[in-house]
Amino acid sequence: MPIFYPVQLLADWIVYFALGLQHETHLADSLNFFIFDVIKIFILLAVVVYLVSFLRTYLPAEKVRKFLSGKPAVIGNILAALLGIATPFCTCSAVPLFLGLVQAGVPLGAAFSFLVSSPMVNEVALILLFGLFGWKIALLYAASGVFIATVSGFVIGHMRIEHLLEDFVLKGRSGESAKMPRMTTKARRSYAWSYTRDVIEKVWPYILLGVGAGALIHGYVPVGFLAAYAGADKWYAVPLATFLGMPLYANVAGIMPLVGALTEKGLAMGTVLSFMMSVTGLSFPEFVILKKVMKTKLIVIFAAVVCVGIMLTGYLFNVVI
Amino acid sequence: MPKTIKTIQVFGSGCPTCKRLHERTVQAAKELGLPVEVEYVTDLQRLMDLGVMQSPVLAIDGELVVVGYVPDLKKIKEIIMRKLAN
Repeated sequence: MPIFYPVQLLADWIVYFALGLQHETHLADSLNFFIFDVIKIFILLAVVVYLVSFLRTYLPAEKVRKFLSGKPAVIGNILAALLGIATPFCTCSAVPLFLGLVQAGVPLGAAFSFLVSSPMVNEVALILLFGLFGWKIALLYAASGVFIATVSGFVIGHMRIEHLLEDFVLKGRSGESAKMPRMTTKARRSYAWSYTRDVIEKVWPYILLGVGAGALIHGYVPVGFLAAYAGADKWYAVPLATFLGMPLYANVAGIMPLVGALTEKGLAMGTVLSFMMSVTGLSFPEFVILKKVMKTKLIVIFAAVVCVGIMLTGYLFNVVI
Repeated sequence: MPKTIKTIQVFGSGCPTCKRLHERTVQAAKELGLPVEVEYVTDLQRLMDLGVMQSPVLAIDGELVVVGYVPDLKKIKEIIMRKLAN
């Protein structure tokens, strides 16, 4: 990425000149990698999160609900999955939004598509993937996330399981959109700035840890080390990665750089993608919040459908890439 | 005599993010010496009734002053002070 060339120069300067480390040593390699990646990721995060949250102020609840209700089946699922990209990276927001969609009369299947894609395909994950693996992998991740969300929502929508929602969900009506004053550009900027700060404040320790661990692996673990255990030819790698990813939601910002370094050492790309999708898309904290709106059985169905989707995608990529 | 604040509410789904907003708001109210209990609402239906797209939400006297992110302590105090001033 030529745009980050100055950052590489800075990292080189710090490591080889200011600290006077020898080229081609493990320590210099690791440190150089760490400095470069950390600066690059923070620049990307600040710029992209700011832009996304600024644009998001133009997307009020009412518009979204109107837009999604009354769309034909598959189209509704695809649109809901795409909408999930634009909404904040937090399961806490995803569940209330899901509830809002259902209560506004959006078909349950489409609402589930949203629920899958909202945490899974988010700007922070995409920035990390873009920064660490390049745009092709980021795009692949986004596309497969939207695809899994569309299909999962479609499948769940056809199961006729409305009775597994908590009673109040279908009885209640979501409130009319709050009377919020028209936002001035200044207010939008202030929101975007606060939101960006909030996100960075939340993820920075994990990014430092993740990139740090990644840098150590980069510098010290021999290339191809993991191929013997978790290469594309190992059938168990994908399900194992999917299950390991489930309890790790909070650390998504740290996991990605770490796993990024592992791909160099022979971890197959499809396995990595499964892992990341399961880290972001399925998480126990989310299930706890979901429990407020649906019965455990529906959470299990939801998790199972998404799990299968993630694993199939992982296998597919291990074959294709 | 400045206006007083009757209610401060934090709405959220009970996740770490809204817990953080609640804690900071409690802290802010305490530091400003407000004799108001900060109500923490995790009933999702009540969040729905606000008609917002994002959580968490901070409402002062029923007006939504923060939607969708967690400001730092200083900012929360500023917001409360502004409400007190007008």
